[in-house]
This record gives sequence, C-alpha cells and structure tokens, in this order.
Amino acid sequence: MTDAPLLKVRDISKFYGARIGCQNVSFDLWPGEVLAIVGESGSGKTTLLNCLATRLMPTSGSVEYRMRDGQMRDLSRMSEAERRFLMRTDWGFVHQNPADGLRMAVSAGANVGERLMAVGERHYGNIRETAGNWLGRVEISVDRIDDQPRAFSGGMRQRLQIARNLVTAPRLVFMDEPTGGLDVSVQARLLDLLRGLVQDLGLSAIIVTHDLAVARLLSHRMMVMKDGVVIEQGLTDRVLDDPREAYTQLLVSSILQV
Amino acid sequence: MPTPLVVSEVAKSFTMHLRDGIRLPVVSNVAFSVKAGECVVLGGPSGIGKSSLLKMVYGNYAVDSGQILVDHEGRLVDLATADPRTILAVRRATLGYVSQFLRTVPRVAAVDVVAEPLTARGVAAAEAKATAEAMLARLNLPRELWQLPPATFSGGEQQRVNIARGFITDHRILLLDEPTASLDATNRAVVVEMIAEKKAAGVALLGIFHDEDVREKVADRIVDVSAFSPRKSAA
Repeated sequence: MTDAPLLKVRDISKFYGARIGCQNVSFDLWPGEVLAIVGESGSGKTTLLNCLATRLMPTSGSVEYRMRDGQMRDLSRMSEAERRFLMRTDWGFVHQNPADGLRMAVSAGANVGERLMAVGERHYGNIRETAGNWLGRVEISVDRIDDQPRAFSGGMRQRLQIARNLVTAPRLVFMDEPTGGLDVSVQARLLDLLRGLVQDLGLSAIIVTHDLAVARLLSHRMMVMKDGVVIEQGLTDRVLDDPREAYTQLLVSSILQV
Repeated sequence: MPTPLVVSEVAKSFTMHLRDGIRLPVVSNVAFSVKAGECVVLGGPSGIGKSSLLKMVYGNYAVDSGQILVDHEGRLVDLATADPRTILAVRRATLGYVSQFLRTVPRVAAVDVVAEPLTARGVAAAEAKATAEAMLARLNLPRELWQLPPATFSGGEQQRVNIARGFITDHRILLLDEPTASLDATNRAVVVEMIAEKKAAGVALLGIFHDEDVREKVADRIVDVSAFSPRKSAA
C-alpha cells in the first residue's frame, strides 16, 4: 500500500451559467482504488468526471495528480501540452460510446498501436506484437487486427477501446458508463474482463455508472450524487447494504431482482 | 497479545426514509469480545439483530455509536470510524467473513472464487489454486464443478464454495453467518472440524448457528443478542 493519494480533489464545482453541474466535491483517490460515482441522469456525475479528467474546466476547486516522479501537480496549472501528454500516456478514458474513443476508420491494431507511438515506441514489429497481445487480453481474435472497428460489434468495440486505453499501462482510468448500451451477456463478459484487468494491473479507476450492480462488482468505494452534490459516500458494500440517505435508499430499493 | 475483537457500547438503528422516516432501533449497548482460539456464538431468536451485528463488525453496516476494535497487524483499528481504505485492508489481512449467500461474479470459476482471497494477498496464482482445490475437495464439491461459475450451483454447493473461500486464508478473525444452514450431515461435520482447526490455530471466531448440534460442538460461549435488543422489554 502506498502512502500517498494519486488524485486529490478539493471543492470542485462546475456551473453552467446559473445551473449547477456539480458542487463542492472533494475526495482522495488512492493507488489501486476503484471509485464508482452513481446517480440518475442529470445528477452531475459525468460533469464531475469530465472536470477531473480535464475535459472540462471546473468553475472552482482544484485537482492534483501525483506524477510518476512522485510530485503532486495541480492539473489546472499544467500546460495544454502536458495535459495532453498525461491523457495519452498515464491516463485512460473509456467512453460510453466506443466511437468517441476509437478511430473508426483505422484498423484495430492501429487503434491500439497509436497510443504506444505516443509514448515513443517506433518499432513496427513491436507495436504490432503488443497490439496483438492486447487484442488477446480483451478477447478479440488476433486475426481481426487489420479490421476496422466499424466492422466490430458493440461489445467488441468497447473491448477494443479498453485495450487502446490500457496498452500504455496507465495508472488512472476514467470510465463513463463503460457497460451502457451493451446487452447483458456482453456486459457480464466486459465486467469480468475489467475486474480482472483492474486487479492484475493494480489500476486506479473512476467509474461513472447508473447501474448499482456494476458499481458493486467493480468498485471499492462509492459516491452517490444528486442534483450536482455528493449526498452519500463510503465503502461500496456499506452504501449498498446500509444506505443512509433517502435518495440512496430509493436507488437501492429500485433495483430489480432476478 | 491484545484481544483480536472487542465490541463496546455499539448502537445501531435504521432510518427508513421511504417509510416516512421511521426509526427502527436494532441494538444498543452491545458489548462483548472474542479471544484468540475462541468461538463465540451469537444467540437469540430470529430478527433480533444477529446478522446485523455480524455485518456491523464486517463494516457492511454503519453503526450509530460505539467502537469495534480489531487487532490489525499489531495495531488497534476502530472499524466503527475507519475509512473505506482501512476497512478493505483489514478485510484483506485480518477479518474474514462467510456470508449466508454467495454473491457470484459472472464467468468466474468456483475454484477462482475460492482462490481469490489468497491472490489478493499476493500468493502466486498456481499455489492459490492448488490450495483452493484442496479446500473444495475436502468439502466434497464434485470435481466437475470446480471450473464452472457457481451461479447455477445448488444452495448447498454455493455455500461450500463460500465456506472454502472464507476458510482459505489465515485471517485472525473469522465471522460466520450460518455456514452450515444448507449442508448435509457429512459436510456439516467437515465444517465443524474446520472450525476446530481454526480455533486450534488461534483464530477468533464469531458466528451464528441455528443448528443446535453444530452450535454445541463449536461454541465456547454464547452471547445473547436479545440482551442488546430494544425489543426485549416489549416482548
């Protein structure tokens, strides 16, 4: 266990004009920890995720990240070039719609290889080999390496997006509804895969989901958002087994039992 | 060596916001401890709060007040106030739990479900798997089931997977929520034997056993939960 957080979030707020996106969110994320942010549509969870991942500029508050050299850096004080480099190497971002995270008109192998080139890998043979390995890890047959993701099913595209994100061995991955829009058997496979990868690689992750079962399976810790505010947080099974806030109780009691 | 588990002045109630915010008191003034090598059994009628109490000790349920002190790697941790990261560390190294029902993960084979607590602690995959197989064999789970995900197993088979997973580590404290409820006599006897081995190894056990025969064989002491229940006077 490392004794310093990877991400320090303090009083992050984002306003869209007078409307609240998210308000006064603070937390620490530790290495190897998976945090789920849950809440209904419009609760501000994606706004928060985008603020953390520097895809949106928060109105106020700070996000600090511990770089590989151990230095804590304030993300809003980084240059655009530094932020982009971080995004391409040490971070991953898995979008709900794989088309937002993939380049649909280049091959699967190139989609994975592109991120490797961003960290300086130039040897074509190595890139292709690594890309092939990663396709295998996300259970895409290696003979599809030259196909474009356009020719892939939704579940395959999502797995390819995950491979593209993880190939540079990032330390932090953001995921926005990674299983949304997939049918349940595909979802189960993806969840199992994500769970294994997070465990094997010791990743830290922040996962936005409205699916409490996904949160239960993948996360250690959970934050419940409503109207832009974190109303309850804690150990995932504590929040789900003993929800304290009225809204969390409503969410938990609304789960369909199979 | 300090006492592995000390529960003191713990109180818990549920506030049901969906039922006009009514407050249901569960327990108050709970105080007991479990020594190394001892098996303490929570007694009292159904619905008195035995399972709730186990969940509080494991951290699934929050407590309103009081302390739950656990000897974790040589220091005392109060689980009533510990942050999530500390609770997870305590669960990984010190505090095990065999729940009544197995929460299955899609696609994960029974043997891997059992081996997971070991791999989470850094034991090599092959070694963890071998240990897991030995546990499953001892609990008479048919070999052809080992590689299957337990979702479709019978209640008794799932429970044995659960027991194997809970007993596989050398955690110093083990919580048992009716581990023998759906087992036949042969497997009940195996579990009784396994509990005796844990006691001999100095593990502190806290459990719920409705089966009188099993309870008599394993219990060193019975803590009557109705003494902590607000309903005791009403009844």
